[in-house]
Amino acid sequence: MLCQNCGKNEATTHIKQIINGDMAESHLCAECAAHLGYSDMFSGFGLNLSELFGGFLGDMAPAVAAGKSRRCPKCGTSFDEIVRDGRVGCADCYRTFYDRLLPSIQRIHGKIKHNGKISSASPVEARPETAEEKIERLKNEMNDAVAKQDFETAAKIRDEIKALEGGEKK
Amino acid sequence: MSKWYFEKGDQGDIVISTRIRLARNLDEFPFPAKLDAAGKNKVNSLVKSTLFANGGNDFSYIEMKDLSRVQAVSLAERHLISPEFASKKDGSALILSSDESVSIMLCEEDHIRLQVMKSGLALEEAYDIANKLDNVIDGKLKYAFDDRIGYLTQCPTNLGTAMRASVMLHLPALTRCGQMSRLASTVSKLGLTIRGANGEGSQPRGDMYQISNQITLGITEETAIANLKSIVLQLVAQERAAAAEIIKNPAEEDKIFRALGVLKNARLMSTDEFMELISVVRLGAARGIIDTPVEKINELIVNMQPATISAANSEADNPAARDAIRAKAVREALS
Repeated sequence: MLCQNCGKNEATTHIKQIINGDMAESHLCAECAAHLGYSDMFSGFGLNLSELFGGFLGDMAPAVAAGKSRRCPKCGTSFDEIVRDGRVGCADCYRTFYDRLLPSIQRIHGKIKHNGKISSASPVEARPETAEEKIERLKNEMNDAVAKQDFETAAKIRDEIKALEGGEKK
Repeated sequence: MSKWYFEKGDQGDIVISTRIRLARNLDEFPFPAKLDAAGKNKVNSLVKSTLFANGGNDFSYIEMKDLSRVQAVSLAERHLISPEFASKKDGSALILSSDESVSIMLCEEDHIRLQVMKSGLALEEAYDIANKLDNVIDGKLKYAFDDRIGYLTQCPTNLGTAMRASVMLHLPALTRCGQMSRLASTVSKLGLTIRGANGEGSQPRGDMYQISNQITLGITEETAIANLKSIVLQLVAQERAAAAEIIKNPAEEDKIFRALGVLKNARLMSTDEFMELISVVRLGAARGIIDTPVEKINELIVNMQPATISAANSEADNPAARDAIRAKAVREALS
């Protein structure tokens, strides 16, 4: 098959596009494909996670009362920009907009408490664990024990959680 | 030094490779999208001096702007960098070990994307190497970290451990039996994702799939790895069972030898045709019908990708020339 654009060379690039439900096919030679912007085998493929997350945030973020939106003191990014781009500007953005980001973070991961490796940059030793954090940590440990079928340990942790939850109510 | 991908690995008949990737950012600097080239270069040289001062590592440092398009895409074809990173220029750099098992993208989506690859199924070993390198950087530079939500990343989908563990699998028999969409939906319920090995949205070429963990917050690295490993082992068992059934059929055995015949004799071979045929031949090799070692086929698959051929042969600057070089290399490798 010859290239549909120049009609001279053999078509080596075959493009299927679906726009509003209509499929259009084009067959181009390498030269015309490059010229028309189809040469990059990687660009334009797949879904853009950032945009997807931006949509996510926009739907999920608690409605903001009228007034000028705050900006991150370090990089100057506003919450609206994070929603629009699906990208967070810097580490301080997370600190500045923590409460507003949290609902979306929970929607993505199902959880809101880190339970993995601790960086030496962590200030965690400086602050004692709260009761809720301890319960969540123990629940994770219990689930891990169940996953390993170590039910004896799981039962011990379960009792510890019960005691803590009982202690909270008093 | 021989490259990691030419070694024989655990579950090597089905599992091509294992990859662990850690995303890290430096607390002091805005994330790459908000950082200018001068800032990025500062980040890159900080990480570089930390890792190079450590010694004992056989690393080289590559500025992306110094690479040609073909060289950059060839790195992506070998899964050493992401396809997006191949288009980066100023302010992006790569640290690469000589056996190519460690590759560290600097100023990709995050300041640091530390990646360790191993052949076959080797999640624990790969994580161990990644973790040690991570500790070296953590000992010198202050990471962006929060004790509630873990490692802070530009995209919130990576928060928590910021670890992505993935395993590349060759699943021709399950694909042939029409099982992949069912498996993909089952796997997604377990917090994992399975997709074509050439990246998001791509048609799985040569029946190569990549399975990886999706959730990173609230789960330990060890648990995420253990979950992934147990699912991979189940997929491997299912693929072996399906393949054993398939090759009982004389028509399927015929197909394997016909594919080998074409690969051994063709004078022009496009990437698509090569991937389709080599997948059939690899199934035969993995099941012992053909005596070509699977590692040799893995090596061929890596070396026959378009940009990798062009990077190695200056005359292969157009598809037709590339197809001729590919056909010749395949003939020589398989005969």
